[in-house]
Amino acid sequence: MKTLLALLLSTAAGWAQGLTYERIRNPEQEPANWLTYSGNYAGHRHSPLKEINDANVSKLKVAWVYQTNSLQKFETSPIVVDGIMYISEPPSNVAAIDTRTGRPLWRYRRPLPDDLRVCCGQVNRGVALLGDLVYIGTLDAHLLALDARTGAVRWDTIVADYKLGYSITVAPLAVKDKIILGVAGGEYGARGFLDAYDARTGKPSWRFWTVPGPGEPGNETWKGDSWKMGAADTWVTGAFDPATNLIYWGTGNPGPDWNGDVRLGDNLYSDSLIAVDADTGKLQWHFQFTPHDVHDWDATEVPVLVDGEVRGEKRKLLLFPNRNAFYYILDRVTGQFLLGKPYAKQTWAKGLDDRGRPIRVEGTTPTLQGVKVWPSVAGANNWYSPSYSPLTNLFYVAVRDSGSVYYTGEAVYKPGERFDGGGYRAIAGEEEQGFVRAYQPATGNLAWEYKLHSAPWSGVLSTAGNLVFGATNEGQIFALNARTGAPLWRFQATSLLVRSNPIAYAVDGKQYIAMAMGNSLYAFTLD
Amino acid sequence: MTPVLLWLLFQASPTLDLPRVEQNPFTSPDHLALGQKLYNGRCAGCHGLTGDGGKGANLAVPPPPRPRTDLALHRIVRYGIPETEMPATLLAPQEVWQIAAFVRSLGASPPQTTKGDPAKGQQLVLGARGGCLQCHSIALQGGRLGPALTDIGAKRSPGHLRRKLLEPTADITESFRLATVVTQTGRRITGVRLNEDPFSIQLRDFSDTIHSLFKDQLTSLQVERRTTMPSYQTRFTNSEIDDVVAYLLSLRGNLP
Repeated sequence: MKTLLALLLSTAAGWAQGLTYERIRNPEQEPANWLTYSGNYAGHRHSPLKEINDANVSKLKVAWVYQTNSLQKFETSPIVVDGIMYISEPPSNVAAIDTRTGRPLWRYRRPLPDDLRVCCGQVNRGVALLGDLVYIGTLDAHLLALDARTGAVRWDTIVADYKLGYSITVAPLAVKDKIILGVAGGEYGARGFLDAYDARTGKPSWRFWTVPGPGEPGNETWKGDSWKMGAADTWVTGAFDPATNLIYWGTGNPGPDWNGDVRLGDNLYSDSLIAVDADTGKLQWHFQFTPHDVHDWDATEVPVLVDGEVRGEKRKLLLFPNRNAFYYILDRVTGQFLLGKPYAKQTWAKGLDDRGRPIRVEGTTPTLQGVKVWPSVAGANNWYSPSYSPLTNLFYVAVRDSGSVYYTGEAVYKPGERFDGGGYRAIAGEEEQGFVRAYQPATGNLAWEYKLHSAPWSGVLSTAGNLVFGATNEGQIFALNARTGAPLWRFQATSLLVRSNPIAYAVDGKQYIAMAMGNSLYAFTLD
Repeated sequence: MTPVLLWLLFQASPTLDLPRVEQNPFTSPDHLALGQKLYNGRCAGCHGLTGDGGKGANLAVPPPPRPRTDLALHRIVRYGIPETEMPATLLAPQEVWQIAAFVRSLGASPPQTTKGDPAKGQQLVLGARGGCLQCHSIALQGGRLGPALTDIGAKRSPGHLRRKLLEPTADITESFRLATVVTQTGRRITGVRLNEDPFSIQLRDFSDTIHSLFKDQLTSLQVERRTTMPSYQTRFTNSEIDDVVAYLLSLRGNLP
């Protein structure tokens, strides 16, 4: 009773104050919650909870299952605040769920037009919370703020015109008094940007165009007018460092994807990491991983911020295992390239030069008949999340190892129509490989690997219980020993591919692991 | 929630999952061209650039084997075919229509013909020289180690069938792979792989028994890059291969 009263009081206090920026920036002070996309601003996807640990995880059981009514891919990463879980459901819906029982408290259903432009499914990767509002970007390119208590729409801001190929699938990021948001549309030539909105009113605060316009530095890296449909979209949630006051965000492929002839030049800031001032949106530095990309290797992975020693010098680092199959370490204060090396099979670059620029292999550009190149179009890594554990000081990445046949095609831009200039196929007879790998963060050296049956589509979570959670294309969630990679637990959840990111939370002092699998969200706990 | 309220909820927000038209609204030359682009990237790997099949069904036959209506074709492109390797797509409805329009246009090309004699082919397939029914089934007869041939003629092109007879290991599918495991108790089981994941494997052995095995209870596991299907390159003459192809093409799912 006392606990219940305390809980009610804390919940009431929580409502009165709402979720403050101070709370999101100090998540280690409330390990029971999962306050932002990656758990913390540094992109760690690590939980300090340890009730579930390597000694008892074999007893982990389903606590509840929440089923959506959609057969679209279910990619959400939940947010948990004071006993309530907030998730997005495909296509652009939101639900608040009681974390004890799995029962929905409210559901918001977003009506959408029939003529959406989405390259890869009617997906959404999650919501953000700030104050007493829940934020979701929609497939028709709006940003909505919903009342966290009821799901009622408090404001609705148009971010872009979906008829030009824009959509929003990314989970927004709440930073200070702003909501940071990116867009998708890289297969439609939708010129990318990163936006900030006033969290209370929905009014635009700043916009950084990821393809510079005429007169801006970088515009010269696009031939002619090709910058206008240059894509470089921003469809995966980035990281934030309060110390540098910089937001770190990855950008997508240049448009059109596979025909580079119509956009000669490096095509800045496509396939790049951009570091922009959180208050003004001004670019502080950028690093382009794949200049003039012709393989659709978006740099839309989750940047992970750690401090470490590189070549004897203590530095603030940014880790980035890229879709292009190179593992990069950048200095996150200056953007300086510190290290880059392959971490999966790749045949497109002889290596990187001193400044991190790839030295291309001849004959790897897509042709009309198709050319075999590794990694595949889905890359060695993708939008799903990696994890960093400060306890093991290991960096966990779900790695894909496969190739594609890339071919080129015509690329004539018409607003709102597909603009990809080619395509790709699987390599006949090739068996793709998949792994969960643990790396030494500051060297990229392999500590251990756990082999999967196929190239994964799910991210990983590390916990203070010496565990790493991940999921397979064959429908299982599993737990590995975080120090050795030994498999400790698994559960067969679905006949569908799992495409999401796990999280951990606690309620009533009990720890849970939650993950969207198939078309359901599962929560697991000990007895 | 009351039924009325539920009904209202669904009325208020139109479901995106089913198109409301029966006929393909996107059949202009522009849409067809876009459909071809999408097809080349997403479908040609299995169905071939001209739709003459491969791992996937032969689409260059009038009409395409399964869908009789535009809406049915749209559904197949969109949702795939359960229990087959045909996956669902995650494209927008308009793009699905464009692919469907292009697929329909494939059926307009003249069908590939074959010069073999189906009656002779039938004798070869059913007889001891072919031995096909040891592994394959036609209607209710035959084995289960290989794919059923009951409606193979509706799904595969002559070129693909010929290739499979001559070079069976080229482009083998994930299913029907030969696997051998040894258990901790020393038992050795060889069979066709039905399914595999990081933790388990399911096999059908040559006596048609299904085995479900956890990998941590195995001392070895080998999945081979070949099938049990032999090459008929030297077993049959060229004209006999033509006969067999002609017979297989006549199999269109008619039960006895």
